[in-house]
Amino acid sequence: MDTFFLIESVVKIFTMIAAVMGLATILTWVERKQSAVMQDRIGANRADIFGIRIIGLFQPFADAIKMITKEDYIPPFGNKVLHMIAPAIAYIPVMLLFAVIPMGPPLEIGGRIVNTQIANIDIGLLFIFAFGGIAVYGAVIGGWASNNKYALIAAIRTSAQMISYEVCLGLSLIGAIMIYGTVDLSQMIAEQSGHWFGWIPRWGIFIQPLGALLFIPAAIAENKRIPFDLPEAESEIIGYYTEYSGLKGGLFMMTEFIEMVLISALFSVIFLGGWNVPWLEYNGFNFPWGGTWTLNIWVVKGMQFGAYFLKVAVLIYFFTLVRWTLPRFRYDQVMRLGWRYLFPLALINLLITGIAVVLFA
Amino acid sequence: MEVALFILIALVTVVSALLVIIRKNAVSSVLFLVLTFFCLAMLYVMLGAQFIAAMQVIVYAGAIMVLFIFVVMLLNLGTDQKWEITGPVRKWMGFGSAAGILLIAVLAFRGMQSPTTEMDTSIGTVSSIGETMFQSYVLPFEVASVLLLAAIIGVVAMISRKPVDATTVEGGNES
Repeated sequence: MDTFFLIESVVKIFTMIAAVMGLATILTWVERKQSAVMQDRIGANRADIFGIRIIGLFQPFADAIKMITKEDYIPPFGNKVLHMIAPAIAYIPVMLLFAVIPMGPPLEIGGRIVNTQIANIDIGLLFIFAFGGIAVYGAVIGGWASNNKYALIAAIRTSAQMISYEVCLGLSLIGAIMIYGTVDLSQMIAEQSGHWFGWIPRWGIFIQPLGALLFIPAAIAENKRIPFDLPEAESEIIGYYTEYSGLKGGLFMMTEFIEMVLISALFSVIFLGGWNVPWLEYNGFNFPWGGTWTLNIWVVKGMQFGAYFLKVAVLIYFFTLVRWTLPRFRYDQVMRLGWRYLFPLALINLLITGIAVVLFA
Repeated sequence: MEVALFILIALVTVVSALLVIIRKNAVSSVLFLVLTFFCLAMLYVMLGAQFIAAMQVIVYAGAIMVLFIFVVMLLNLGTDQKWEITGPVRKWMGFGSAAGILLIAVLAFRGMQSPTTEMDTSIGTVSSIGETMFQSYVLPFEVASVLLLAAIIGVVAMISRKPVDATTVEGGNES
């Protein structure tokens, strides 16, 4: 372990945490503003610093101050220790998942190739499945330790939903794994560079449309957002973190936004070619109609970073749109959708993909 | 560095495994079992078996233990369940378990020797495990999957059986 590796890792970890937490913080504002736009309101615009408002962008800071200064209430008959660590159990696995998510194309600094992944491990996607499965503990323990019947029922609802949709989520990605022949996320992106027939980008969504289509509802259900927000259901039934207040409740909420960033990044890596831009190669644009536009290597890298960020941002915006467009499903509808429709479709997708891989590869 | 990490993980593994049986609260027992599985996964990673580690977390910590915790929470066990054994039985049980632990320790440490060959780190990767499983040992693997399929069909058959008794009793009351 040399010094360069150490510095590189520390820089990557801090960049990743800053990027993810920053995005999640802004997301709280985006969500309010988006709901306001869709409901013909103005939305959060009052938070100001010395009279400067910039369309309410200071709102997340105001929220943070509110959460920190709120009373941190612990239910007297619950399990105090577990009640304390449950938000951390929900938050830490999700943050850990970003260790294998690439931030952008590999860079060449001082004659060595620097991967923009924090940990370039062989099991990439399996790591995500592993810690994604752990995330359910936070909700279950939080609901149980509150010593509230309704929170416990919500916790059980949550775990039933998350376990069901984990199956669909995993199966929808296995088709993509079969085609790329790897579970390493940066290698998956490398597999998606280039074009079919010289002009269609080799993105996963074109070869795995059904997988991509199944991934989205399964991911939203794992993320516990509307239309699958039965675990929380803030407007009617009682959610698993009803007994949480202050920063701990805020951590549960923040986890949801971070998960949104995560699934957007995952979708763009697996199905949208990651940082690949159509027709952009290391020397610049090579248009299918014959023209070329030569660019500096650093400009190309910058465009790739930008494209990756843009894909993630558009997907996040799409998830906010879904949240404010659809009503909530009933519990039996959620279960039926998961097991009777998504699961068989994922199996069919797997079968077709398997046959195709054997025939054509 | 590696030795220090190993000692730390091994210590946490042993302590959390002990706490699984020492703790009276069933839910915290289950949670310590999850922690134990986690530490085992970390030990697998240190041995270069990344795939096994991921499977350990996905299958044991992520799937099986969630079911455990479900059952424990729904049973709502009290924390003050006492199971006291008194008299000479207790003494003999203590002797028996101590002798058992000694036997296991002797058997485990007898054949122990320091590793002589350099560890092959590529042995635990996804591709090498896939090649072993689906090329060298494809028949045992398929037999195991048939066994699992039989178990799944058995479960479906069991839960889809109509509750005959309940309906007849209900019908009998109504008529």
